[in-house]
Amino acid sequence: MVEALTDNDEPLLVAENLGKNYGRLTACRDVSFELYPGEVLAVVGESGSGKSTLLQLLSAQLAPSAGRVSYRMRDGVRRDLASLGEAERRFLFRTDWGFVHQDPAQGLRMAVSAGANVGERLMAVGWNHYGRIREAASNWLERVEIEISRIDDAPRTYSGGMRQRLQIARNLVTEPRLVFMDEPTGGLDVSVQARLLDLLRGLVADLGLAAVIVTHDLAVARLLSHRIMVMKGGEVIETGLTDQVLDDPREAYTQLLVSSILPP
Amino acid sequence: MSAVLELSGVSKTFTMHLQGGIHLPVVQDVAFSVRPGECTVLAGPSGTGKSSILKMIFGNYRCDRGRILVQHDDETIDVATAAPRRIIALRQYAIGYVSQFLRAVPRVAAVDVVADPLAANSAARERARAQAGELLRRLHIPERLWGLPPATFSGGEQQRVNIARGFLPDLPILLLDEPTASLDAANRALVVDLIAEKKRRGTATVAIVHDDDVREAIADTVVDVTRFAAAA
Repeated sequence: MVEALTDNDEPLLVAENLGKNYGRLTACRDVSFELYPGEVLAVVGESGSGKSTLLQLLSAQLAPSAGRVSYRMRDGVRRDLASLGEAERRFLFRTDWGFVHQDPAQGLRMAVSAGANVGERLMAVGWNHYGRIREAASNWLERVEIEISRIDDAPRTYSGGMRQRLQIARNLVTEPRLVFMDEPTGGLDVSVQARLLDLLRGLVADLGLAAVIVTHDLAVARLLSHRIMVMKGGEVIETGLTDQVLDDPREAYTQLLVSSILPP
Repeated sequence: MSAVLELSGVSKTFTMHLQGGIHLPVVQDVAFSVRPGECTVLAGPSGTGKSSILKMIFGNYRCDRGRILVQHDDETIDVATAAPRRIIALRQYAIGYVSQFLRAVPRVAAVDVVADPLAANSAARERARAQAGELLRRLHIPERLWGLPPATFSGGEQQRVNIARGFLPDLPILLLDEPTASLDAANRALVVDLIAEKKRRGTATVAIVHDDDVREAIADTVVDVTRFAAAA
């Protein structure tokens, strides 16, 4: 723990005055924060609040109109994402980062086997021993509670919950340090959601992952995140410790969001 | 010995935007300090802000003004202004809290609810579970219930699970919000014993208790919270 703490004193991801315009339309404005190793940040807000745009800016899928994002590479040096070379970008996307899409079909190859979906990420980082790749893939399927007997089936034969768990396995097999998640439980049945949330909660804690989770569901934020950012109209209107923001919301809009949850 | 927890000038007002922006002043200029091994009981009728004070110390409620200084690892941290990650670290290493009601993930077994604060990783989990079991046994929660989520337990059983969760880690500061409210006499006496053990080990305790006997048994200092009534 002590050695981890010294390493954890430096932020992993830093956003500075980040903004994105589409012509005259502002999707996201003046967002700044620091994310530390092992920290889970939830970005909440309604559709159109700019939270998905922010996630794309943070994960270098979209170029900002203003501000910058920097990331501490494994050599300990923080680099501006805009200045990365192609090899470094590839390293981030294939190894050091994960991206869990709301729709698993976007994050998986639907026509190839589950085992290949997981193994592919390993081959991309140079693994070439078939037996070892298959072993790592089976371990991960087990970890996300997919029966090994389904390893050779393609995800299009899977249920929605299984697809989402497979997408998580595919992302985590390379032991990333940072995972972006876009509504990871959206579109699933409530009971399936619950199981997925329990799984994510366990994995994030065990692996010490840092994560940015975009969700409109405050229950997901409460369960998974340490910190929360509330967005409205492209701006961050309130931020802080998750239970503090949810139990003692300060802004009118946050109070409205919190008061709109049905008690369990 | 010097104070491990010190509040000064602590003030809190709720602004209810959905109710026309009315201001609800809760407390004003709260000041007291607690030394290691000392138990301070917050006294006063309900609605005077006792729970809000505990929640501010734990970082669950924001503190509008004033300072909440915690001594930890040769460092002084002001909870009122600390970054979220510092507060999370304080909760892990310095401040325990037994809330009035158990708020647990609905699908987590009682033994894991209790072990959770000690089980930072899977290696520590087994050991934490064993310790959690011992404490649950002491608090008269039958072993057949340990594997079940506490949502279905009685009020008194839930409160004892909550107490076990708060008492299991040995932290320098312990906040107790009516820990004996829904307990029978035998379990109440047990909680008094647990508090006494913590005090002997040097834990600084801040408690809210309505039961006079319990207060009598645990309090070294009584702070009258009506002194901090905010002018409306």
